[in-house]
Amino acid sequence: MSSRERILGRVRRALADVPRDDTPYGEAVARDYLREHGARDTAATVELLAENLTEYRALVHRCAEGELPAVLARLLAERRAATVLVPPGLDETWLARSDVARVADLAGSGAHELDRVDSVVTACAVAVAETGTIVLDGGPDQGRRRITLVPDHHICVVRVPEQVVSSVPQALERLDPLRPSTWISGPSATSDIELDRVEGVHGPRTLEVVLVG
Amino acid sequence: MSGTFVGMPAFPEAAREAVGDRTLRANLRHATHTIRAKRAAAVAEVSDWAQLREAGKRIKDHTLRRLDHYLVQLEEAVTAAGGTVHWAADADEANRIVAALVKETGESDLVKVKSMATQEIGLNEALEAEGIRAYETDLAELIVQLGRDRPSHILVPAIHRNRGEIRDIFAREMSAWGRPAPEGLTDTPAELAEAARLHLREKFLRAKVGISGANFMVAETGTLVVVESEGNGRMCLTLPETLISVVGIEKIVPTWRDLEVFLQTLPRSSTAERMNPYTSTWTGTTDGDGPRTFHLVLLDNGRTDTLADEVGRQALRCIRCSACLNVCPVYERAGGHAYGSVYPGPIGAILSPQLRGTGSEIDASLPYASSLCGACYEVCPVAIDIPEVLVHLRERVVQGGPVTREGNKVVVKPAKGHAAERAAMRAARWAFGRPGALRAGQRLASRTRGLHPRTLPGPGRAWSASRDLPAVPAEPFRDWWQRTNGGTADGTSGEGAAK
Repeated sequence: MSSRERILGRVRRALADVPRDDTPYGEAVARDYLREHGARDTAATVELLAENLTEYRALVHRCAEGELPAVLARLLAERRAATVLVPPGLDETWLARSDVARVADLAGSGAHELDRVDSVVTACAVAVAETGTIVLDGGPDQGRRRITLVPDHHICVVRVPEQVVSSVPQALERLDPLRPSTWISGPSATSDIELDRVEGVHGPRTLEVVLVG
Repeated sequence: MSGTFVGMPAFPEAAREAVGDRTLRANLRHATHTIRAKRAAAVAEVSDWAQLREAGKRIKDHTLRRLDHYLVQLEEAVTAAGGTVHWAADADEANRIVAALVKETGESDLVKVKSMATQEIGLNEALEAEGIRAYETDLAELIVQLGRDRPSHILVPAIHRNRGEIRDIFAREMSAWGRPAPEGLTDTPAELAEAARLHLREKFLRAKVGISGANFMVAETGTLVVVESEGNGRMCLTLPETLISVVGIEKIVPTWRDLEVFLQTLPRSSTAERMNPYTSTWTGTTDGDGPRTFHLVLLDNGRTDTLADEVGRQALRCIRCSACLNVCPVYERAGGHAYGSVYPGPIGAILSPQLRGTGSEIDASLPYASSLCGACYEVCPVAIDIPEVLVHLRERVVQGGPVTREGNKVVVKPAKGHAAERAAMRAARWAFGRPGALRAGQRLASRTRGLHPRTLPGPGRAWSASRDLPAVPAEPFRDWWQRTNGGTADGTSGEGAAK
């Protein structure tokens, strides 16, 4: 007998007490929890996102669409970035004002090459106001998961208000589970030493979020 | 210190030693009290916590009651998404599968995400015996691994170490495993984290094989979810060419939507955050992004036996948040090592004896590693009634009875060393059935209370060695009630009243 058959057989014997017409999935769970917490208008939801991102030590900037190229140029200059990684589908106008050398994430390039890049600029798939979370799903303007992981400085652009939702349930609705997703709430952090929070262990130590719109 | 739990003394002995360690107690007290207060605030922020908790409980219960169905559905979905599914009935089989998969890649070292399942099966040791070195990459696991120590907490495995001890371990041990600690390393958490970053980065960047567990698996889509803080998880999940995930069969949820409950309750319960810094989800393999080969090893190792126990199966709802550890007065004083298992604290006290059976002395003692105060049940985000299961398991230890082991129904004998308890239970049944005898006994106890010893003689000595015996009241309650007419008459503090 294969282990698959052995385990499934054990499960079935273990569940001998469960009636065949046990409550089906659709009725087994009361979904009486909230779809979002608190009543806010769109502007207040964006404001809450900014607050919660800041509380988790992300650096938050806001600007109108036309100002974005200047803001990105300034942020890269402030970091003295010499190279910036750009996902293949990022809007070209975003970096039009910056002369920092752009690097593409080539399939052939290894993790060591990524490690030499100073900054990365991406868009996002959705942002969650209540938890201060940005979610990337590997879309063309976000790139592979590794590019927002290895460089030490990540700038993420969120289009407001259209990419902002209030809550985790609303974010999941917008995402396709078949795409790999990365949920980011503030920069990398650890509390493993006496539960003192320290920012920046393995992921980017600086996360900047630009809310555009 | 040995890296294994085998041969652990029973809980009372291990606890007595731990309670005498003042550094350990101070480290633990600081840590558990810090996180306890923060967690309460994080939970108070969401007004629908009770509903989320109930939904989490029901989702998990429903899944467990149809686990065969969801396992098969998950297997189909993972396979369709480009992954390969393996089934492991026990720890040895899981270790063999993983070792063979690693050997196929030709690699002799690999990076690991912190995972309870792989600790439970002793994967690192099994791989080492095959000449494969597994590097732990979670900061706390790194501290434990470098210190040749054992984890003592589900979420913060090095919670028993303070910053000075961690500095010493890094300075002494890092060079044997790779990049040495920087010269003049101090004990500030920021510097220690930086030392870990540099030490581990060279491993991440060259690793070809990664091993992980998973917090959740979605049956409908074949999606796996890992929740973490540091980014070491993302490194292991996305940089290597081969990813092997070892996951307990109870970690399934039916649908993607179900994550909306657990992604709200898990971070708040475990680290007291609205959301942990990083959550990764992946479904099989994705062209051009992440590992090219993905293996999922589904682990039983006692879970189906636990499922067979209608009272005890609720332990399989556990999402490993560790909130129950942080509120437990017994854990706070005894520490995680005393539980003799990778699952310490209240959840460990009910999970380990079910996964492993109550045959060993340590497992038979675990259902007693509790004061039954109920705080663990209060904080549990999936409402596991830990006290109920503890009492149920105590009964099994003392009385014996039918259980399922490795899929077979067997009858276990009462555990040795519980003769006195059985005798006491019999005596209690006899006395409670005879009110006159009970009353006489209570009066006798009150009148002789000055003579009562502080510790019990004979077989009771071990029990009273780590407990204070309750004082006998100067007057039995029934006598007081009769004398004062239920407290309404004068002289409520009569002649023999407590001083």
